[in-house]
Amino acid sequence: MSAPDLIALLPLIVLTATAVAVMLVAAFRRRHALVAGLTLAGLLGTLAALFAAAGVAPRGVTPLLVVDGYTLFYSGLILAAAAVVTVLTYGYLDRQPGRREEMYVLLLAATLGAVVLVASRHFASFFLGMELLSVSLFAMIAYPLGRRRSLEASLKYLILAGVASALLLFGMALVYNQLGTLAFPALGALLASFRAADNLYLLAGIALVTVGIGFKISLVPFHLWTPDVYEGAPAPVTAYLATVSKGAMFALLLRYFLHTGAYGAPALMVMFAVLAIASMLAGNLLALLQNNVKRILAYSSIAHMGYLLVAFMAGGVLGVVAVSYYLAAYFVMTLGAFGVVSVLSGPGGEADTDHISDYQGLFWRRPWLAGVFTVMLLALAGVPLTMGFVGKFYALAAGVGAALWWPVIVLAVGSVIGLFYYLRIIVALFQAAPRQATTGTTRAQITPVPLGGGLALLALTAVLVWLGIFPAYLVDFIHATAAAVL
Amino acid sequence: MILLWLILVLLIGGLLAWLAGPRHPLWSRWVSLASLGVDLALALALWVEAPGGVDLSRGGPWVATLTWSWIPTFGINFHLAADGLSILMTMLTLVLGIASVLASWTEIRERVGFFHFNLLWSLAGTLGVFLAFDLFLFFFFWEVMLVPMYFLIALWGHERRIYAAIKFFLFTQGSGLFMLIAILGLVFAHHSATGTYTFDYFDLLGTRLAPHLAMWLMLGFFFAFAVKLPAVPFHTWLPDAHTEAPTAGSVILAGVLLKTGAYGLIRFVVPLFPAAAHRFAPVAMALGVVGILYGAMLAFAQRDLKRLVAYSSISHLGFVLLGVFAWNLLALQGAVMQMVAHGLTTGALFIMVGAIQERLHTRDMDRMGGLWHAMPRLGAVGLFLAVASLGLPGLANFVGEFLTLLGSYRVSVPLTVTATVGLVAATVYALILVQKVFHGRPREHWEAADLGARAMAVMLTLIALVVWLGVYPQPVLNTAHPALSAALTPPARVALSTGAAP
Repeated sequence: MSAPDLIALLPLIVLTATAVAVMLVAAFRRRHALVAGLTLAGLLGTLAALFAAAGVAPRGVTPLLVVDGYTLFYSGLILAAAAVVTVLTYGYLDRQPGRREEMYVLLLAATLGAVVLVASRHFASFFLGMELLSVSLFAMIAYPLGRRRSLEASLKYLILAGVASALLLFGMALVYNQLGTLAFPALGALLASFRAADNLYLLAGIALVTVGIGFKISLVPFHLWTPDVYEGAPAPVTAYLATVSKGAMFALLLRYFLHTGAYGAPALMVMFAVLAIASMLAGNLLALLQNNVKRILAYSSIAHMGYLLVAFMAGGVLGVVAVSYYLAAYFVMTLGAFGVVSVLSGPGGEADTDHISDYQGLFWRRPWLAGVFTVMLLALAGVPLTMGFVGKFYALAAGVGAALWWPVIVLAVGSVIGLFYYLRIIVALFQAAPRQATTGTTRAQITPVPLGGGLALLALTAVLVWLGIFPAYLVDFIHATAAAVL
Repeated sequence: MILLWLILVLLIGGLLAWLAGPRHPLWSRWVSLASLGVDLALALALWVEAPGGVDLSRGGPWVATLTWSWIPTFGINFHLAADGLSILMTMLTLVLGIASVLASWTEIRERVGFFHFNLLWSLAGTLGVFLAFDLFLFFFFWEVMLVPMYFLIALWGHERRIYAAIKFFLFTQGSGLFMLIAILGLVFAHHSATGTYTFDYFDLLGTRLAPHLAMWLMLGFFFAFAVKLPAVPFHTWLPDAHTEAPTAGSVILAGVLLKTGAYGLIRFVVPLFPAAAHRFAPVAMALGVVGILYGAMLAFAQRDLKRLVAYSSISHLGFVLLGVFAWNLLALQGAVMQMVAHGLTTGALFIMVGAIQERLHTRDMDRMGGLWHAMPRLGAVGLFLAVASLGLPGLANFVGEFLTLLGSYRVSVPLTVTATVGLVAATVYALILVQKVFHGRPREHWEAADLGARAMAVMLTLIALVVWLGVYPQPVLNTAHPALSAALTPPARVALSTGAAP
């Protein structure tokens, strides 16, 4: 392995070293602030290492990994999200009883898995990254050991993710059986010479791999775990699961399809169209029935994955740009929304502050926090002056450009339905506060907000609005990185 | 730059009003008033500077433009421009904005700062709609004006405000998304014809489109504007939103926001898709006539005073739809005149209703009656507005309706005759209003103060404008003329020759 290879791998090395260091420090000196600070420093250091890696990119390192603009962009997104989650986790765990330090080891390991995922160009590294991410997530979801909901959620995730992994492995085996390679570029070359549509085993293999990915990014009908896990997991972990885990998986899916040229198979595209439409409709409609903010956001994230699929199906430059911008927007909005839930979730208790009635009248007590939440929800609904609007615009543009009329129309209809439940939360925020004398103030109104979490939320809001009004900065950057995979 | 300032002044004014609110409510009222006043002065300066329209590049009657690059990879620019039509709408917006700040002087007592913030931002969004000439920017403003209006209804509205606000938001946002799809369809059609991405209005004019694609895209735009106008099958949000909104909200909704729909029809639907619009015209005109009659009938059937005025809006805007799709100069002039006149009279009517509700705490006309004795000034104003609304010659609404009918007569005699029946129906509901509210024997004993000096000043100004435009409509007609004749003539023709020519 040469020096440029090592430089290209520097982000992964720094991240791994941080994980080990955090583990050792936690073993010798249990200080929450110290461990969280070290984690944050490690994540920021990894972010800095991305710039060093950018100097040698694009570069394939071993047959497994490739470090190019696309990898670096998504790694940056993932690391930034992980840093925000670290800050949120610190505020959240600081008021929970029990041991806190191991959470950060898990968080770093999961992030390592996510970065490996977005850098992988081989089924082996894909599987490795995914398992690293999933296994860490089981433990993170179940971290508050005293909570039955969390344990239940973790078990559900464990079983369903296991099934998904099994399907994925079987799919990979079928593909290997037919083509004799596991590397994406080689697969692409073979597929191009192969009449894939005629080979049932191969098609089944690719479909099984897609189903496995579909579980991870919770497309309908593989979404059943999502609401329960979102609800049961501690709020910062939910934020992590919704953004990093899903985003890394989606980035991998896009690269996998672009490299292998699977866009050429019409049967797969029909399957994706059906999945997208089902996700957008079911996600939005089921969200209407919920009274729990985390569950609403869970279903809404299913719908957002459907929107992303529309952009994904479009392919080409516009498709890649649309997916990347939308994912960036989705990261910011989702982190913001779950961030509000997590800074408001007080110590102890069986659950987080996640019932819609907990948020009643929040605006009149805590205008800043409720303002941030409102902006995040409006962004999720795709209202202008936010990144959510530009993202939805790009998704629609990619869909219209590829003449995907049905998915595009469902996207529009789904957004309208979605608006309804986002407005429901907003209405609650702005309603008259419940009377103190009778019911007492809700938990959301008395829990003190941790400083770090508050600052992180303000920063997210600033990014959301700034890049929503001036999207050209990010769009130009994405254009440059997208060239790597096209 | 002046166009940008028109919008910025309101945005900044809104923020200042919000900040000033907690210190003293009066401050935010004055800040709002001042920023609207400055804006009106700017708009008047634009108007006076270029009364007949200055010929700028591209052969258009543009008095001012501004172009900045925004998302270059997609050909999206921050492109503002103004012609006579835009300026008229801008001035209408600002006049009604001032009226609505004054009308809520005593009505709004809670969270005053946030109220004025929403009011000014909603108005800023509307101005953006009237001034944007990049379709992305247009859509951007189209959505921006919704959110503050949603808050105005949801927070300061009456009994069923949440329901009304959500309904309003869903209808307009949903229809807007279909317009966005149509915009994108147009852009990609242009891209495949020329190889460049652009969202610029002037570049997209005259894009060659296959006839059936043009029809679908046109319907996408039409749907959004028809919901906003509202045309009849899409009108159900309007009575709820107007009735439940606070007075200022109703004034802005009826006076300004509805006009964005009419404006969109004139500016975008017909010029961008002339052939398709021509084929669709009979349907659209029929919808207009149905709206005129249906709105008038339902207005007549209401007990709730505010709902009556709301339904009368549907009726009046039917004339606009009829006039736009008749698509000749007379009818268009009539439609524009009707937009201005309806904005002024209905705005004033909503202020009157608001004044009554503030005093009586009811909008039920069956409980009113004989209010003239208690409040003679309010009664006189009410009578005048009712008469203006029914289209008495010599007042602005008459000019609008008359010109519209004159223009549409050339296109379709049966539709015009049917629409004329609407004038009779308007007389019925307007007089019923006066009869039930102001005349007759008082059904309950009301002790209420008459209109104060501030309210009278607002009312008299609006009334003076209505009379002025009724007697001497030429300034409006002159201002709009270059814009309208430009819309009627090429480059729209380019596409006519390629599409299925009528």
